[in-house]
Amino acid sequence: MWRMVAIWAILSVVLDPLFYFLVGPHIPPGDMTSAAVSNQFDFNVLFLIALPVLLAVWVYLAYSIIMWRASRKGVPEPVGGTEARGHLGVQVGWIVTSTVIVLGLFVFGIVELITTAGSGGGEGPNPIWTPTSATILPVQVIAQQWKFTYRYPTFGGFESQQLVLPNDTAIAFHVTSLDVIHDFWAYQLSIKADANPQLDNVAYTTTRQTGSVTVRCDELCGLWHGAMFNYGKVVSKTAFNIWAKATEKATAANTKDLPPFAYTYVPDANGSDGGYYPDNVDPYSHSEVYGATPAKS
Amino acid sequence: MSFGGRLSVVLGLFIVAAGFAVWGVVGFLLPQPPTVDFTSAQPAGAPVNLTVQTVGSIGNGYGNHPTWVSYLVKNPQGQWIHSTIWKVPAHTRINLTVEQFDSGSPLRNQQWGRVQGTIGNVMTLNGKPISVYNSNTGNGVGHTFSIPTLGISVPLVGVNPNANNICSQAPCSSPSSVVNIIRTSFVTSGPGNYPWQCFVPCGLGFLFGNGGPMSTVGYMGGFLDVEA
Amino acid sequence: MTLATEREAETEVTYPDPTPPVLGGFQGLPARPGWFSQHLGTAAIGGVLGYLLGHWLGNVVGSGYTNIANSGSNSIAVTGGLLLGVLGWLVGIGALNYPLAKIVGLEPRPDYESTSWTKYLRYTCDHKVVGLQYVIGVLTFFFTGGLLAMGIRTELLSPTTHIFGPGTYIAIVSEHGTIMMMMATSVVVGPLGNWLIPLMIGARRTAFPRVEAFSFWVFSAGYFVILSALFYGGFPTGWTGYAPLQTQAGVGMMSYLVGFAVIGLGMMTAGFNLAVTIINYRAPGMTWSRIPIFVWSILATCALLTLATPTLVAAGLFGILDHTVQTAFYVTEHGGSSFLWENLFWFFGHPEVYIMALPGFGIVAELLPVFTRKPLFAYKVAAAGMVGVALLSFFVWQHHLFQSGINPDMRPLFMLTTELISIPTGFIFLVGMGTLYKAKIRFEVPMLFCLAVFFNFLIGGVTGVFLSDVPVNVTVHGSFFVLAHFHYTIMGGIIFAFFGGLYFWLPKMTGKTMNKKLGKIHFWCMFIFFNMTFFPMFLIGLLGQPRRVFEYAANLQALNDFASVSAFLLGASFLIFIANFVWSIFIKPTPSPHNPWNSLGLEWQTPTPVPYYNFERIPVVLSDPYHYSEDNAPAVADLGDGTLVAAAASSPSSVVEDPRPPAQ
Repeated sequence: MWRMVAIWAILSVVLDPLFYFLVGPHIPPGDMTSAAVSNQFDFNVLFLIALPVLLAVWVYLAYSIIMWRASRKGVPEPVGGTEARGHLGVQVGWIVTSTVIVLGLFVFGIVELITTAGSGGGEGPNPIWTPTSATILPVQVIAQQWKFTYRYPTFGGFESQQLVLPNDTAIAFHVTSLDVIHDFWAYQLSIKADANPQLDNVAYTTTRQTGSVTVRCDELCGLWHGAMFNYGKVVSKTAFNIWAKATEKATAANTKDLPPFAYTYVPDANGSDGGYYPDNVDPYSHSEVYGATPAKS
Repeated sequence: MSFGGRLSVVLGLFIVAAGFAVWGVVGFLLPQPPTVDFTSAQPAGAPVNLTVQTVGSIGNGYGNHPTWVSYLVKNPQGQWIHSTIWKVPAHTRINLTVEQFDSGSPLRNQQWGRVQGTIGNVMTLNGKPISVYNSNTGNGVGHTFSIPTLGISVPLVGVNPNANNICSQAPCSSPSSVVNIIRTSFVTSGPGNYPWQCFVPCGLGFLFGNGGPMSTVGYMGGFLDVEA
Repeated sequence: MTLATEREAETEVTYPDPTPPVLGGFQGLPARPGWFSQHLGTAAIGGVLGYLLGHWLGNVVGSGYTNIANSGSNSIAVTGGLLLGVLGWLVGIGALNYPLAKIVGLEPRPDYESTSWTKYLRYTCDHKVVGLQYVIGVLTFFFTGGLLAMGIRTELLSPTTHIFGPGTYIAIVSEHGTIMMMMATSVVVGPLGNWLIPLMIGARRTAFPRVEAFSFWVFSAGYFVILSALFYGGFPTGWTGYAPLQTQAGVGMMSYLVGFAVIGLGMMTAGFNLAVTIINYRAPGMTWSRIPIFVWSILATCALLTLATPTLVAAGLFGILDHTVQTAFYVTEHGGSSFLWENLFWFFGHPEVYIMALPGFGIVAELLPVFTRKPLFAYKVAAAGMVGVALLSFFVWQHHLFQSGINPDMRPLFMLTTELISIPTGFIFLVGMGTLYKAKIRFEVPMLFCLAVFFNFLIGGVTGVFLSDVPVNVTVHGSFFVLAHFHYTIMGGIIFAFFGGLYFWLPKMTGKTMNKKLGKIHFWCMFIFFNMTFFPMFLIGLLGQPRRVFEYAANLQALNDFASVSAFLLGASFLIFIANFVWSIFIKPTPSPHNPWNSLGLEWQTPTPVPYYNFERIPVVLSDPYHYSEDNAPAVADLGDGTLVAAAASSPSSVVEDPRPPAQ
């Protein structure tokens, strides 16, 4: 019994720091944004706790398979009876330990969520954890079958196929869809938010490094879901401003034809062919959302 | 039942089950539209002339969805083939001609009214060069030819829906049917299999218009198979 | 009165001689022989006729509508065809004979024991026959889903070369997921639950034998319904069926929606029947603290089957209405909500995965004492854990929706409940490790599978804790990490446990023994290749590959190829099982010893083959069946004919005293 505990303790003490210092810094999603740093740290902490748990069970299983198998010479006969049916100390200890670990992880997760303004996940239209920065750049992500496009409301609302972001800036992604449910997953930014029709799903992060970003759709959305990806980049603030102003000017003609910027859009079902519901029936729902105010950037 | 009898019954059932599985895979899962090869129709490095047409309904004679909108492609021998998988050489100029026979509508996302990713970001519509088309004007946009991973998108302007010679069944030809001829050129990149699609949700009878032909390779989506 | 005198005073209950059944017809009408009785063939004919009628009716009703004419696809015809096809299948097998006879006022035929092998092709009220029918049914589902998985891994061998078109690939992925989930809901409850529960609790039958048989025939109809999707062009939503993509899809979607409704009906009836049986049909003396732990797991599972599945059926019904008659339950633009489907589906979907985990725990806990010759450690904790998991499973579903745009306040709440559910889930490890402590382990094939369950479910369960943590969830949701997690818990858990249970109980169920060497080869191949297939997927997911994609980043090809080749080998390992199963049971059967594992379970104390009425006399239960290696252990049960089932002595090779000679 004590041999088992000793083996477990040694393995844990050796492997945990090995993981944390050698593997930990390379765990996805990296450290390009505040959300990414936090999510990487969170994963590492969870792994530090999970590894001793895994080792405990594995060491015990290995020990019992080796030491207590019937074919091994000299294994004593098992003893049944009440002692073998339960042991209050072991049971209580197990339950208490697992409860403590789990509740600790819960508290840790909450702290990470709050301190990183939602940790890069979509918070819906009424986010409660927001960045503390004074200026937040809003970027709208419009998901449609089967491409993401991006609108920049603070630059005249132009729409672009490219995702370019400034460094050292708090960014609010307003993710919405024009048709079915998609999911905006910016891997290196550690942003993941479902795109729902007529819903503004807000996710925050603060960029910390320049570099390239891979965006993939993470919710099955039809035929070309697997091909619904694009690349973006985080550049310096000045480079971003130059790009944004230049693009705003170059696409001004098309921006006039776009619908005015809004946090959600109702696709004109009568406008594009392919109506499913009868054509001469007003498709727009007149239900109202009570109490909710759309999130400002 | 004897040992031999049992063995043969089990083997027989196994063969039937395996046969059913093979039939299912070969008959229903594997078949795809044929690949139309443009790599050997011209000397290496020479531009490829790719002519396609878009029709409002494919009609009978092209499979079991006669009411679906579709692309057709003219193969190097000049025949109209119902396929959206086109093989072209890498790093080559492609001169695309689209015979657009279908009516149009406002775009769901007017972003796709811009010509993008082509040489000069421009296309000619019946000879007139344009780089942005406002789909809320005129006859709207019928379809787009878009290769999202290459950043290419060309709006295919619609014809007058009230014209009395609008084409109703493939293959369409002008001048018997009213048509918009759109021409543009782009250069293929390195080898790869690039999906292309249409951004006008014109799948009639499907929610948001993106079901049916929009979601089936061979109709309004396909692959540009770029070979080295 | 003492027990003995009570038994003397009891009048002998006589059963009719097992003469060949009166086939077909009602009492008084001439019987129809052989081919014209009701069996699998008439079910197939009924199904086909029903399908044709329904399809035609749907065309009559629906062809005029604009959207049907424009789209060229008639969902009403397909729905009508599938529903009437299922009805025809049930009419053909005779599942509706009894209620129809009662409605009309005729006397339905009595249930006789059938002795011919054709009883396995019929609608029968013998729970043991239903159990074996389920074995074949479940294995058919599993191998069909497995072939589809081979298709998926073939496609994923290369990110650029495509074997299947993208639409077909999505259809294969969706079909694989749906068939496997449909199978896994009943994989233990159906075959092993139905076969074993009455025997384990000392009953002669289940509470509702006709409902039990009905659940099997509905389950088998569901197979054909969901398989029909492949012939309709498939459905593009994955097994999760998210709206509004669901509403946009073609007619293949109806196979999914109707299929789930039909399987849901089978799940509800099977669960309800077994729950009532366990509660009401326990033998005298079988108190709640003496029932085998497997029975506890089935009871907890059946509570979930009965209470969670109606939500799925309702959600599916709304989907069918949206798709056929243009309602807008799930369409935001018309006042519905895509979130409605997400929440309804996952409200069912989460208890669903515990429906899949709990029976696996039950099998493992049941088998461990037999092969360690020790009583089950912390029996009450195990039972409490199973009940706790079942209860808590209703409160965690939004962890599937963390990034979906739900109210952010919900995320800490569901993170808490999901983390809390890992506590009772972990009890199975406490119980297992305690039972293994200072045991004398026999590594028979069933025991190997039980140990593998511990190994696999540990990895699956711990990665579940990772997923429940919202910040980490941002990284891994929707990626191959999730995929690896649920394959480790579902396949690594219940499927391994199911095969362990099959190897353990098939000698009792069929009286024939499986080849031990082939069993061990099957186990080692399955275990090693399973881990080689799914462990790399954790890395693939962390490195950014989403689920259900036909193209992926080029630098992930090596990992994907490793997983694909391992998957092909995993698929091949099942051929060993099929060969062993078919050879040992059908082609060249070897009679099995009466109690090959020397188990104290009550089910092993019946003759082989088990008679129609299970026990000649209802046993009186005196203790739980876990008194291994105990001096002066109490007897497990009084079998009523002057014999007692005595406890086993210490040595692993000691034989459980069974005073009656084995029937051959």
